[in-house]
Amino acid sequence: MINKQMMTIVAKDDIAKDTIEMKLLGSVNLNSAEPGQFVHINVGNSTSNMLRRPISIADVNKDQQTITIIFKVIGSGTDQLRKCVIGDDLDVLVPCGKGYPIDNLPATRALLIGGGIGVPPLYYLAKQLHEKGVEVTSILGFQTKDNVFYHSEFEEFGSCHIVTDDGSYGFKGYVTDVLDNENIDFDYFFSCGPTGMLKAVSNKLEHKKGYISIEQRMGCGIGACYACVVPTNDQSGGFKKICKDGPVFRVNEVVL
Amino acid sequence: MSLQINLPGLALKNPIMPASGCFGFGREYGEVFDLNQLGAIIIKAATKEERYGNQTPRVAETSSGMLNAIGLQNPGVNNIIDNELPFLANYDVPIIANVAGSSVEEYIEVTKAFTRTSTVKAIELNISCPNVKEGGIQFGTDPELAAEVTRRVKEVSHVPVYVKLSPNVSNIGAMAKAVESAGADGLSMINTLTGMQINLSSKRPLLANKTGGLSGPAIKPVAIRMIYEVKQQVSIPIIGMGGIMTAEDVLEFLLAGANAVAIGTANFNNPFICPEIIGELPGVLTKYGFDSVEDAIGKGHEHGYTYLSRT
Repeated sequence: MINKQMMTIVAKDDIAKDTIEMKLLGSVNLNSAEPGQFVHINVGNSTSNMLRRPISIADVNKDQQTITIIFKVIGSGTDQLRKCVIGDDLDVLVPCGKGYPIDNLPATRALLIGGGIGVPPLYYLAKQLHEKGVEVTSILGFQTKDNVFYHSEFEEFGSCHIVTDDGSYGFKGYVTDVLDNENIDFDYFFSCGPTGMLKAVSNKLEHKKGYISIEQRMGCGIGACYACVVPTNDQSGGFKKICKDGPVFRVNEVVL
Repeated sequence: MSLQINLPGLALKNPIMPASGCFGFGREYGEVFDLNQLGAIIIKAATKEERYGNQTPRVAETSSGMLNAIGLQNPGVNNIIDNELPFLANYDVPIIANVAGSSVEEYIEVTKAFTRTSTVKAIELNISCPNVKEGGIQFGTDPELAAEVTRRVKEVSHVPVYVKLSPNVSNIGAMAKAVESAGADGLSMINTLTGMQINLSSKRPLLANKTGGLSGPAIKPVAIRMIYEVKQQVSIPIIGMGGIMTAEDVLEFLLAGANAVAIGTANFNNPFICPEIIGELPGVLTKYGFDSVEDAIGKGHEHGYTYLSRT
């Protein structure tokens, strides 16, 4: 169940170009937070940045009751968030949306495919899968060396292939090139990243079972305002609310 | 302190209700607080048939507000009656159904369907949605068309009809008087102001629909002015809305002449805003010397200038 709580920033680090990692200490129990869910953060005051910012949960530490978020500064809201310092309190709705349904999956070998700022939710997913004894392979794509983060963190859970558009770090090319070049054995895949990447991955792996996580500009973040809807792929004329029914969907469940 | 207000068809335990389109059909907010606290609920606009609405992005942030262009997405009036109203009927809160349409006939059909239920206590006639091409705004900007649709809907409605006015007009008083003459039981005002935001990187409008409706604190002075102006020209009650964020804002609307208020955009910023404002309102009324909500309504006119330059 979503609750609104004040969370204190207890750590803040620049981990890549315009990319910030923050640890938030909760005042209400965070144990229900799942990989793939997000927090909806009020970054403004009552008149600036009226809309909250949805940011995926990158990690949860249940002992310390902290959540880690990783965000890229791309506009006024994330710029505002960047200006916050350790000790500041943030007004957060947590946890929002539905995550990767790993508790109900008979997965034994998982492939995680992340692109850019879509990588963070896959970290907590990798950690959880690893704890369940699932073999984890990751492919992470970034624009360039300056954007790369969490390479060694993902390697803790299994083999991790990094690709960059320009080849300045890891392999040169796209995440789908790794799928072509490496013979990775997996029974489920999980992906989060730009829409173009998700389309390419979904097409390439159309006969595989998998889940993707998508993003959209959101309003309320709880499913009431219909700002972030996406049509379903079943020709029924139906739709899903990304903030409430997602942001994680079965591959090909919704139109990308 | 009594926060009670009686309006045509509506016995409100307090004057606070979520605005149409900002609260869905109540289910999501019902998961985060007890809806019984609300004065009323105005549900999301209904059309005769199901509508998917506009493409995304549908929202954009602005200074002190936001633009939206949802496009009247809704499952159609019959699905709302079958699947949404039973949930709302569990609460001791009057339900106001927002009715949209692209023709007088559609407004009539949707109204007829709603008034056959016992859950809907009033109709909010939406002649002011700026976000769909055929979505009623033509009725909201022409006094004669507004009067016509009001009259026809009044003929078939078994519950009071509140007409939701658009601020995108040059003479709001003429619109208000036209629908009052046509039999409207009340007004709700204001809907959003048409606006646009262009993204510098992509060099194109941020919203897929290009234009959207501006809401939030940015439009509050416009709402206050229009309610103040309309209050001097009609005698039917007004449900006021437009950028309310605090209990102080509510009092300002009451002073301008609103009999009750609706909270819209603020719900997105803070899902608990309605119960919070309900809790704070008695203190704010007391602070400014009022003993009840009723006591404050229209009081902004007594101490104002003796004329309003536009009227």
